[in-house]
Amino acid sequence: MSVSPANHRVLRHMGDLDYSVVQQCMHCGMCLPSCPTYLETRRERNSPRGRISLMRAIADGELEVTREFGEEMYYCLGCLACTTACPAGVDYPKLFEHARAEIEAQDVLFTPGRRFWRWLTLRQIFAKPWMLRSVGRLLWLYQASGLCFLVRKSGLLRILPANLRDLEPSTPPIQRRFSEDLIREIEMPARRRFRVGMLTGCVQDLVFSDVNRDTVEVLLENECEVVTPRDQGCCGSLHAHNGDLEQAAVQARRLLDQFDLASLDAVITNAAGCGSHLKHFSNLLGDDPVYADRAREWDRKARDVSQWLVEIGFRKPVGESRETVRMTYHEACHLCHGQGISREPREVLRSVPGLEFIELENATHCCGSAGVYNITQPEQAGKLQREKAACIAKTGAGLVTTANPGCHLQIQNAVGEGVEVRHPVSLLAAAYRAEKGGAK
Amino acid sequence: MTPVSKPASVAALAPSLIARLREIAGSENVLTEPEDLIPYGFDGTAALKHGAACVVMPQTSQAVASVLRFAVAEGIPVVTRGSGTGLSGGSVPVDGGIVLALVHLNRILEVDPANLTLLAEAGVITKAIDDAALPHGLFYPPDPGSMKISTIGGNVANNSGGLRGLKYGVTRDYVMGMEVVLPDGDLAWLGSKCVKDVAGYSMKDLFVGSEGTLGIITKVLLKLVPRPKARRTLLASFDSMEAAARSVSRIIERQIIPCTLEFLDRKTCQSVEDYAKVGLPTEAAAVVLMETDGHLAVVEDEAASMEAIARECGAISVEKAADEAHAVRLATARRSAFSALARIRPTTILEDVTVPRSHLAEIVAFVEEVAARHRLQIATFGHFGDGNVHPTILTDETDADEMERVHLALGEIFEKTIELGGTITGEHGVGLAKKPFLPGQFDEASYRLMRQVKRSLDPAGLLNPGKIFDLEESRA
Repeated sequence: MSVSPANHRVLRHMGDLDYSVVQQCMHCGMCLPSCPTYLETRRERNSPRGRISLMRAIADGELEVTREFGEEMYYCLGCLACTTACPAGVDYPKLFEHARAEIEAQDVLFTPGRRFWRWLTLRQIFAKPWMLRSVGRLLWLYQASGLCFLVRKSGLLRILPANLRDLEPSTPPIQRRFSEDLIREIEMPARRRFRVGMLTGCVQDLVFSDVNRDTVEVLLENECEVVTPRDQGCCGSLHAHNGDLEQAAVQARRLLDQFDLASLDAVITNAAGCGSHLKHFSNLLGDDPVYADRAREWDRKARDVSQWLVEIGFRKPVGESRETVRMTYHEACHLCHGQGISREPREVLRSVPGLEFIELENATHCCGSAGVYNITQPEQAGKLQREKAACIAKTGAGLVTTANPGCHLQIQNAVGEGVEVRHPVSLLAAAYRAEKGGAK
Repeated sequence: MTPVSKPASVAALAPSLIARLREIAGSENVLTEPEDLIPYGFDGTAALKHGAACVVMPQTSQAVASVLRFAVAEGIPVVTRGSGTGLSGGSVPVDGGIVLALVHLNRILEVDPANLTLLAEAGVITKAIDDAALPHGLFYPPDPGSMKISTIGGNVANNSGGLRGLKYGVTRDYVMGMEVVLPDGDLAWLGSKCVKDVAGYSMKDLFVGSEGTLGIITKVLLKLVPRPKARRTLLASFDSMEAAARSVSRIIERQIIPCTLEFLDRKTCQSVEDYAKVGLPTEAAAVVLMETDGHLAVVEDEAASMEAIARECGAISVEKAADEAHAVRLATARRSAFSALARIRPTTILEDVTVPRSHLAEIVAFVEEVAARHRLQIATFGHFGDGNVHPTILTDETDADEMERVHLALGEIFEKTIELGGTITGEHGVGLAKKPFLPGQFDEASYRLMRQVKRSLDPAGLLNPGKIFDLEESRA
């Protein structure tokens, strides 16, 4: 968005955007009923068109990048429900990311603690695969050794800030084995039709390496050779959504270096939050002299796993189940709104024998996980989580499916022990195993 | 690209006035920070904005009355607003004025199945009204395009239309009563639950469509009707607008009143096809979506007749929905019309001129001709049954030269509309956007009458001033 002559400040990130992106919003208001924060307060500033009007005011030189603006853009969940509702096709993800990046560049939300946590998470833990895994190992030890029990009892947690202390009990259970222990670098199907790359992700790698394994098995069953480069790390989605576009570009370049794109038919992810980001690497690297072409090729080849399965006409598992499980499906925001993928996961689920599929009321409403939103805005996140749990309870389902690690954890924490949460691909993998008389 | 908007000069309210407003309305209901106010500087109308001095969000009718009494005593203008989806700039703030946002008045107070009425506060979402009627087998028919978020108060104040106008009428036809805050701060109840009521002037009708210039509507008593049991949908394509118009006329001559008769012109068809790939014939110059609802036997019969008539009139294709899913598919073309068009250029200007039905093909052809002459992209779609057309101008508000041509084209379209016995606005209201064109439609006596009404109700001219018309004669 170019800056008006009246506006002498330099907008580092919002300045990169073309003004037409913000102008595309005709403020018709159709986004309002889709926006969780607007529905909460009924105030225009908490709505998509309100936020866009603030961005436009900044571009027009009517408003500085203020602390209030910063807080507003972090109150936004980034759930992208507005993009589905928008009749004019406003590129809200782009506006959202650039606005947050501008807020960080101008440091309007500065506190020493915030700066430290951002450095530690975005520039250290989620920037370096070895560090992420080391943290993962430590967490696993902490949980598996029973130390966590002692710590909770000892009151040591009191040294943590309140919001982190509240979160400690919901720290995701880390898997004993990460993706690389479960997936070989190259896995060959019995017969090969396609060659695909497999993204192991960051949270997915530590917490849901079993879902990654299931994904590989489903791909093998469908005649895809699966290439899984080692030491992948975070795709940069976390960075891009949180105002660190520079580091997001670093992460993107790293992935582009790791995959031999020309030899692959597709690059597969099973995490909605990653998928919605990594289909747009050319937004980050479009002007990069070395990486621009590869970024475009990557964007063309990136697929959510359910999208890919439907595209290649995946094999429906055979056999019947003695018992029927009542199941419902929560649509991850970054799958349905971010990528427009709604039909495909349902097609995967409907192919699995023994499932009674009950549609979830407000299935496309955000569950409140929204990346790190449940850490940064626990109150609003909690409200959305309770609404989601209430809708799930209404279905009477004992099994909830969803295709994103954040949603998976958020919903598991909401529904408690009695209800199981699975990734659709895991159910398909189990059905294939059951064909061979294997375990679910 | 250079932005168009200039820093707005907004007259602020004195801190002492703000402090008193906070006392009256509750501090949490008064917004004054720039980040809070900027998003209230516009409604759903393209290229119109003005800063608000403050926003007040009252929680009750009483609070609305208190705020209005205070504002009038202090001489502060008040612009009432619902969800801000209006398409004529009617709720764009005025200089130094309060924006009174009624979205918190959102309770449905009563559904009365014995009398077929519903009583709601002004800030209730239009769709929520119909949703509340549904469990009783009842129906609230007016369905403006923004019904998922527009408020009923805003609908009444603008006498909103929708897709079902031909058979079911418009918002006015459903308003039986209302509570209004008058400029002196008194609450007046107008109308009743009685189907027949001729006691005194029909004052409620004065407030329907008054665009917030006479009083503030805080509650609405609405009429409900039995929900139709069945519905049949057809989609017909024609190679000329004239052929489509012929078939619409013939349907009505045969005494069939469909609930929906929606059309798309050639440019809209092409845009929809590019965007949604719904399989419209490429040679289609007009596509008509027809829907009949009511008793099952009747709708079957009417659908068969409409299909036959469309074929008689030379339709290229007619498709009749076999089931509900098929009906939804057929309606996709019409429903994606606006989305398809809004993506083409940065600025989308949606008009709503209306002509007597028999002149519809003529006005559509005229719009096409004007677009070509002024080198503009204008697509037209709309409601065939009630002659209400939406010429949609696809442009860029930052291009001064093109905007000049847009204004010329609009002037010509309005002039032609009036010449054909039409109206410059069928359902969006006059607001600011159409105010300059209103004198062409009204004679001097009508203007004088409107001014007299305005002056007698709002002598200080503080309620949504400068909307619809100006009080000073010279500026008329």
